[in-house]
Amino acid sequence: MDTRPAANQPYRLPPPLFSARCRACWFTTAVLLLIAASFWTLDLQWAQFLSLDAARSMGRFIAEFFPPDTSPEFLRKVAIGTAETLAMSAFGTALAAAAGVLLALPASRLHEGDAAWGRRPTRLLLNALRAIPELVWAGLLLIAAGLGPFAGTLALAAHTTGVLGRLFAEAVENAPPGPGAALRAQGVGNVRIFLYATLPQVLPQLMSYTLYRWENNIRAAAVLGVVGAGGLGQLLAFHMGLFQMGKTATILGAMLGLVALVDALSYATRRGLTR
Amino acid sequence: MSTTALQPPPRRPPRPAPAHDPAWLSRLFWLGAALVLLWPMVVATEFRPWILFEPKNLEVTAQFLGSFVPPAHSADFLALVARETWRTVAIATAGLTLALVVAVPLTLLSVRVLSISALSGRMARGPAVLRQLVRWLLIVLRSVPELVWALVFVRVVGLGPTAGVLAIALTYGGMLGKVYAEILESGEPHTTETLLRNGSSRLQAFSFGLLPQNAAELTSYTVYRWECAIRSSVVLGFVGGGGLGQQLDNSMKMFNGGEVFTMLVVFVALVAMADRVSAGLRRALG
Repeated sequence: MDTRPAANQPYRLPPPLFSARCRACWFTTAVLLLIAASFWTLDLQWAQFLSLDAARSMGRFIAEFFPPDTSPEFLRKVAIGTAETLAMSAFGTALAAAAGVLLALPASRLHEGDAAWGRRPTRLLLNALRAIPELVWAGLLLIAAGLGPFAGTLALAAHTTGVLGRLFAEAVENAPPGPGAALRAQGVGNVRIFLYATLPQVLPQLMSYTLYRWENNIRAAAVLGVVGAGGLGQLLAFHMGLFQMGKTATILGAMLGLVALVDALSYATRRGLTR
Repeated sequence: MSTTALQPPPRRPPRPAPAHDPAWLSRLFWLGAALVLLWPMVVATEFRPWILFEPKNLEVTAQFLGSFVPPAHSADFLALVARETWRTVAIATAGLTLALVVAVPLTLLSVRVLSISALSGRMARGPAVLRQLVRWLLIVLRSVPELVWALVFVRVVGLGPTAGVLAIALTYGGMLGKVYAEILESGEPHTTETLLRNGSSRLQAFSFGLLPQNAAELTSYTVYRWECAIRSSVVLGFVGGGGLGQQLDNSMKMFNGGEVFTMLVVFVALVAMADRVSAGLRRALG
């Protein structure tokens, strides 16, 4: 009997559309079910949104934005709001960087054989700080710090401390151990080892993480105020609440301009640095 | 030859270790410079930490924090939290689905690899302009923060999940469209080009050349964005977008610490779960 393989591959049917062993099929089914359940359980008011009436009210709403309020005194108010937003983001990030360094030390294993008792609890704390968004922090801190940019700054600092502390701890743990070990062999204490061996090595990394978070925080600070935590967002919520649409349009313009400016600057810097 | 040249030079005594930090002056300078730079910000942000410790504020804070324990755990409330948690997930999922509806056509319009005129030299004027316009549209959609979209839509459709879903759909539509286009253009264009050169339509070239090559990366990014959408749908609740955030806002305004605490715990658990699910799925995609 001829046992040579056939010259041509035997014709095979395409795989069946669904088989119990196909993980992608189960995944797709689950996703489709999740989407269907989502649309089904949310009482979305499409009729209201897509009706002629809604279109008209939307049109009226947009028309009210024009003309934007460009009177000098209001522009000055918006400029102050923008400056406040920038200051909130910068100062919040600076506070977070300082707190992040302080928390990164107990959150990392400094050398081999370091018992690092504080590692687990500190990391838990950092994760908790990080898991709660800035806006929720702002809402919580308003109770203790009152309305205004102070609450916003603290909120940004709280969330960013979680993010930066974790990144800093990773950086400290991944730093080359040589210089630190040399100092430790001479009997130098942990604090001075950190200051003179570890910190100089990881400083550029810490700076780049901090700048990156600052960029994010400018964007966050712009909208943080809608719960009353200062900056452009607070102006926006205030004037929108009073239905002063011309002023709202100016504030929205300032907000978008700020975000676009930050995006463009960061893009240009990144390109300049990587080229 | 004199014998002195053969003698070893007199040993200098070892330099004593500096008693002070040798770089203390520059450190002091930079510390001072940083303080001077930070001062205007301290003023602008009304940074007055002692406010936190004024007796009146301290009392309010202590009362609020004290009411965290015991966390609210009545059956009614837990049922409400479960319902709102599901609504949060549903808002994120529905929003992301609509974002895909926005993003996919715009991506197909803006991807340069699918240009037929670009096969032979430069892309023609019309398609190039169209692609640039679509790109700008995506950038505009993306750069308006979702919170602002939500504030606008709350005015038009009223409080509730519709505003949240629409806000997520628009912002995430922009993000997905831009990143999809980048992913599709970063791959190897050879297969797609061959298909196009041999007369396949653009949609065919996309489905049989471009999509199979990049499917894993596209799916992975979409799953990651779903995770982000869950986080932001909670935030959108604060301006009236429905879900867990709206309940959290209500409880905060009523100083009901027990409810706030329960919802914060549920929220953190939800985010951690979404994080796990998304990381697991992305690892499975490779």
